[in-house]
Amino acid sequence: MSTVDVVVTGLGATTPLGGDVASTWDAMLAGRSGVSSLTQEWAGQLSVRIAAQIAVDPSEVIERVRMRRLDRSEAMAIVAAKQAWADAGLAGTGLDPERLAVSFGSGIGGAITLLDQDDILEKSGPRRVSPHTVPMLMPNGPAAYVGLEVGARAGVRAMASACATGAEAVALGLDLIRAGRADVVVAGSTEAVIHPLPIAGFASMRAMSTRNDEPERASRPWDKNRDGFVLGEGAGALILERADHAAARGATVYARLAGAGITSDGYDIVQPDPECKGGIRAMSMAVRDAGLTGADIKHVNAHATSTPAGDMGEVLGIRTAVGDHPVITSTKSMTGHLLGAAGALESIATILAIRDSVVPPTINLDDPDDRLDLDVAAFKARPLDIPAAMNNSFGFGGHNVALVFARP
Amino acid sequence: MATREEITSGLAEILEEVAGVNQDDVAEGKSFTDDLDVDSLSMVEVVVAAEEKFGVKIPDNEVQNLKTVGDAVTYIEANA
Repeated sequence: MSTVDVVVTGLGATTPLGGDVASTWDAMLAGRSGVSSLTQEWAGQLSVRIAAQIAVDPSEVIERVRMRRLDRSEAMAIVAAKQAWADAGLAGTGLDPERLAVSFGSGIGGAITLLDQDDILEKSGPRRVSPHTVPMLMPNGPAAYVGLEVGARAGVRAMASACATGAEAVALGLDLIRAGRADVVVAGSTEAVIHPLPIAGFASMRAMSTRNDEPERASRPWDKNRDGFVLGEGAGALILERADHAAARGATVYARLAGAGITSDGYDIVQPDPECKGGIRAMSMAVRDAGLTGADIKHVNAHATSTPAGDMGEVLGIRTAVGDHPVITSTKSMTGHLLGAAGALESIATILAIRDSVVPPTINLDDPDDRLDLDVAAFKARPLDIPAAMNNSFGFGGHNVALVFARP
Repeated sequence: MATREEITSGLAEILEEVAGVNQDDVAEGKSFTDDLDVDSLSMVEVVVAAEEKFGVKIPDNEVQNLKTVGDAVTYIEANA
């Protein structure tokens, strides 16, 4: 347990449910699905023809010429980070840029740029390849653009741990502030890979739902009839700040980022450990790091992606590491799986659950898996007093990250 | 064969599309970097688009000599 307290003073998001945090949160509490049919011509050839596409295209917020130079994932990162920055009210407060860091990631990176430019290379030759290609596809691109946007000079860190990226970026932000390397960190993640190649790749793994005729019912974590995850896109950003720094400037504090746990399975490149051993260690570590016990965690925003293989191990893990009392939910039932951005978006949902004393629902849980022996906020948002809550994220590669947020 | 005015207005369209330059600001005396704020990567895009539009080849070692819109017009006029 650290002696340095870290708090969250700003939030930003652009998601399948809304173009900002407020609209996304409203839609979540209303149990709305962000999943729809893919009507693009290229979708016709795919076995998966549904996705959770972003509600407000970044081109509606960022001017045209700038958009030409940004990968879609970078544009979304900028949109979310700008919102969080404005929300925190840090502009003009005299914050030393050399005390401002960025920890921002992406699960896959600038894949759409890579593929689009490859099309140009094949069709028109190398001279037609955009001179902006490299800064658009480099995996540190989103972090670097966020850093430019806020003028961060204490380092720009680019996290990549597949579907645990967002949560791990937040965990790194916590470490940076605790270690005294920064007073403020813009932390988060972005993902934009709704494109035939990534979809075909995931579909070939049989990891995705093919419930093409019922898009809004396709993402159904813990349901007996779940058949895979639904790909989502978007970005989330959090402003993490040393608590005394936030207090000195009279900032509004959403929550305390009380602790984090990071482990790796050492088990398989993509299969989750069925006993969730790595997940259990991450959850236990996060609770300990927060100076709490499992009994203090009243709510868990679960990783649960709606895959047959993944969902139930986590339930066992929560029961073992935290207990059988937390009210759990999977907001992926509404947002789809934002891959690298999931951990950032779900951290935001966890924080707002604490603030508003309500657990957002898990929709589509019509027929719960027999092994689901925890209390799920099914279908409807559940009012609940939440002094502390956990957000789990697990990723291909065997990455496990648990974050604990607490009332300030 | 395009006139100097036609080449200038064609470049103005490219500069707006690629670099967000107001077409009305484009004139032969204007410097790409100092007056129109076209950075080096955008200049590469302008050159490639101009090659396509006017059917010329503008080698990389020639690009550094094209300081102003007028320089580019003259080159295109002579080589198209």
